[in-house]
Amino acid sequence: MINKKARIAGVPYVIWMVVFIVAPLCMVAWYAFTDKSGQFTIDNISSIGQYAPVFARSIWLALIATVICLLLAFPLSYLISRMSGARQSLMIMLIMLPMWMNFLLRTYAWMTLLENNGLINRFLGLFGLGPFQMINTQGAVVLGMVYNYLPFMILPLYSIMTKIDDSIINAAKDLGANMWQVTWRVIIPLAMPGITTGITMVFVPSISTFIISRMLGGGGNILIGDLIEMQFLGNTYNPHLGSAMALVLMVIVLLCMSIANQFDDEEMEGMLL
Amino acid sequence: MIEKRMNKTARAYTTLVFIFLYLPIAVLILFSFNQSKSRNVFTGFTLDWYKQLFHNEMIIKALGVTLLVAAVSSIIATILGTAAAVGIRSMHKFSRTIIMNCTYTPVVNPEIVTGVSMLLLFVAMRTAFAAFGLEFEMGLGTLIIAHITFNVPYVILSVSPKLRQMDKNLYEAALDLGCSPVQAFFKVVIPEIMPGITTGFLMALTYSIDDFVISYFTSGTAQTLPIAVYSMTRRKVSPEINALSAILFVVVLSILLIMNYRDIRGEKQLAKERRI
Repeated sequence: MINKKARIAGVPYVIWMVVFIVAPLCMVAWYAFTDKSGQFTIDNISSIGQYAPVFARSIWLALIATVICLLLAFPLSYLISRMSGARQSLMIMLIMLPMWMNFLLRTYAWMTLLENNGLINRFLGLFGLGPFQMINTQGAVVLGMVYNYLPFMILPLYSIMTKIDDSIINAAKDLGANMWQVTWRVIIPLAMPGITTGITMVFVPSISTFIISRMLGGGGNILIGDLIEMQFLGNTYNPHLGSAMALVLMVIVLLCMSIANQFDDEEMEGMLL
Repeated sequence: MIEKRMNKTARAYTTLVFIFLYLPIAVLILFSFNQSKSRNVFTGFTLDWYKQLFHNEMIIKALGVTLLVAAVSSIIATILGTAAAVGIRSMHKFSRTIIMNCTYTPVVNPEIVTGVSMLLLFVAMRTAFAAFGLEFEMGLGTLIIAHITFNVPYVILSVSPKLRQMDKNLYEAALDLGCSPVQAFFKVVIPEIMPGITTGFLMALTYSIDDFVISYFTSGTAQTLPIAVYSMTRRKVSPEINALSAILFVVVLSILLIMNYRDIRGEKQLAKERRI
């Protein structure tokens, strides 16, 4: 297959890639470091400091959502990976099914449930509880993230856990390890590549979302994504500031991924599922 | 004894997670049959919202745009990506690494960054075109370009492993037996890597139908189904969204069931063959 003519086949894509992937990213960097007249400036980057609370909130909420996803998904993935073959594929299909619905519809579903006179409050009302303020809170935003991205955590965890041989777990048990010791010293180390993949796959979309926060968080809980969107399509049109924010978001994501990469180097394979 | 209790807890836990995953969708579908517009009180059964949905021109038009963009962009992305995978494979390691890293970028980058970066490019292109007196508006064209761009990496990433697994001698054998390189490529290489191409195409198709964020920034005047849904959720509450969700859910469920059924049948076939 190594022949020089075959390289020509790659040329159209390389051109496409340079024009539509590389050039746009260079433009983001260019806009981030220039002002309206095209002069070099670092004002855009330094003025991001004003928005520090929004950045902190985004990182914080995305972290909470990631941790909850991990805690929910870990036992479930393990249980599924120990089921019989036919049940495993049924379970995985059931987990993937909601993923195929557009995330706007899934988030919309929670809007109706969490409303002040929504079904959950009505249900609690039967027991004389509430009504609770649930929509337009940070909790609702985290819930939306967890609901939307939980399958992203389950699938990589599951696919790594199916590779863990039952006999290894039995051996640990025979040697006197209790359930916690088996989990901490056998399953978690073996499942580490899946854990890091899951963490990045939940954290990255959570930190950069802008619809979930708008639909479930109201106006008071805007995230980085909302800020960026407002600079490009909203009424505070300022693509220079928006680009600077996008650049910072990219750096945060890259940092997060390189931290996750410290623990394993198989990430890309899992990323594709 | 302990095992049994563990099993019960395990089953209860699995059930709870599935209730969490499906309850919102079930409620959504239930209220698509609700007579009143209320999202909380069920007043009676009706199919009116489905009728209204099929007469909603905005939705029908958006569905058409979505399917058109998905079909065109995934076909082009599949061709471009397959050719790219073949080309990249015969490059030197250095250029291969650079190209693959660029290819990974849209996959790992937050979608919103990809979206705004392309928006910046299209705005710049509009200015550049205007300088030559040409018109360039954001719409169907930019939407298709954007979708091809985020789809090609998935095609490359699913075709490349198949190329790597392929027996190199097959291609050379075809040449020895008198095929021209082009013939050998289409008659030997393509059938060998077909599973990867199909996977890539299907991934591209589904990502394209489902995409909201990148379309939102690059669609200009065109409206895809997710964008139409977004504008509906913003303006007013309408059970038409519920009806749409119910229809989509049934479509997706049947596709998955058919695929799963085929999988199971395929496995049975394999098992039989092995026994023979």
